[in-house]
Amino acid sequence: MNFEEKLSKGQFYIPECLVCKKIIWPPSEFCDKCNGKTSLKKEEIEGKIIEFSKQNENYFCLVEFCNSIKLMAKMTSSPKKNQIVKISKCGIVNGSYFFQII
Amino acid sequence: MSKVGIIAYGTSPFTKEDHKIESMLHKSTNDLFQKNPDINKNEIDAVLVSTNNNSKYLSPVLSEMAGIQPKIAHSIESLCNSGTNSIVSAFSYISSGLADMVLVTGAERYDSPGQILEWDNSRGEFKHPIFWASIFSKSYKQKYGISDEQLAIVSVKNHKQAKENPNALSKKTYTVEDIMNSKKLTDDLKLLNCSRPCTGSASILLASKEVAEKYTDMPIWITGIGQKTTSAGFTKNTSLTSMESTVIAGQSALKMSNHNISEIDVAEVHDAFSVCEPMILESLGFTNPGEGINMSQKLHEENNFMINPRGGLIGSGHPLGATGISQTIEIVQQLQKTAGNRQINNPKTGLIHNMSAAATSSTVLVLEK
Repeated sequence: MNFEEKLSKGQFYIPECLVCKKIIWPPSEFCDKCNGKTSLKKEEIEGKIIEFSKQNENYFCLVEFCNSIKLMAKMTSSPKKNQIVKISKCGIVNGSYFFQII
Repeated sequence: MSKVGIIAYGTSPFTKEDHKIESMLHKSTNDLFQKNPDINKNEIDAVLVSTNNNSKYLSPVLSEMAGIQPKIAHSIESLCNSGTNSIVSAFSYISSGLADMVLVTGAERYDSPGQILEWDNSRGEFKHPIFWASIFSKSYKQKYGISDEQLAIVSVKNHKQAKENPNALSKKTYTVEDIMNSKKLTDDLKLLNCSRPCTGSASILLASKEVAEKYTDMPIWITGIGQKTTSAGFTKNTSLTSMESTVIAGQSALKMSNHNISEIDVAEVHDAFSVCEPMILESLGFTNPGEGINMSQKLHEENNFMINPRGGLIGSGHPLGATGISQTIEIVQQLQKTAGNRQINNPKTGLIHNMSAAATSSTVLVLEK
């Protein structure tokens, strides 16, 4: 099962190279370093808010996980820079990924 | 390596009108030939089309419409810096000897699919450029203690300068208060901090030294080219307050031209949003980090059109595939001293900075008389 199949079920898996163990983000079938095949691992991960802004009632944050996965995520409560967060919701809507953090 | 010169140009007005992409491509190409009736179309070896439009086979289509039968004909797409990427390709064809004369035409419609990079899913649901621009603005303001009012001066300056550009989308001038009171898009971005997508086209004709000097006694030479792509996705940017690809592309272009940044007399830079202008000025080395906004403010107060004389993207509008070519035409006009009310005092060396997708890719050109 690939990353998007998991994500569409609301599950966030970490794409990792089977050979060199590098985390590959955004997810890809092959490693950009050693060209090895990648697989998915399920792990509870915590991220750090690098920057954020706000549109209407919602905050959008640039978050870094595992020193390698950076993504934009929605947050409903007021964020702080360097705040440690977790992915609370994720999925795919109309072909686009979405992530929410708490 | 043969010298490569720009010998002719044409442009359409930048508008919000609904025209077919083929019609837009033809519009600026036709303007070029009308302004330069001596150009022999049989000498055009290549026709390159710069666009993000989804229509197919546009270079052969344009060639047929314009009465050209080139050896080489294809499109080039690289989001917002498609235009200067096409110019670099034309330069390469000529300097390698594969072509002696190349027509480069860029065009876009107001509804261009190039405005959103669908592939970049790491942006989650925040794919529109206003979101990366908001993150850049927030970071930049915080790091250097700069206010929204200070950033608004970039928009005030560039709309003022666009008023002297008959082809610009913007026909109005604005105050800092107008910018601050314009529609709030996010906490860190107002509508008038943004360039606007629009319909427009621009064309230039490049030629080898031998051919250029046959057609004009005022060729403008491309003496420096620098390009760098660091990634495609916004979240891969290593800094939110400077532009790595611009730093590298700028250094490469200046090195190739044997100039330093203090010798650049006039520049068009990719002010997709207000915050981009000071970040670019700093990344190119015009100022120290955090001082780019002071340069924009000083130029505005002195009514000096040195940076973005045609009004930049904020004032001129941003028809993606045409933008880099339109920026280049402005610097050609400046160096030929035909820029009318926008004319800088006696410029000898000019620079174009054109970038894509939150500065993940930058192209810098240096032009000289």
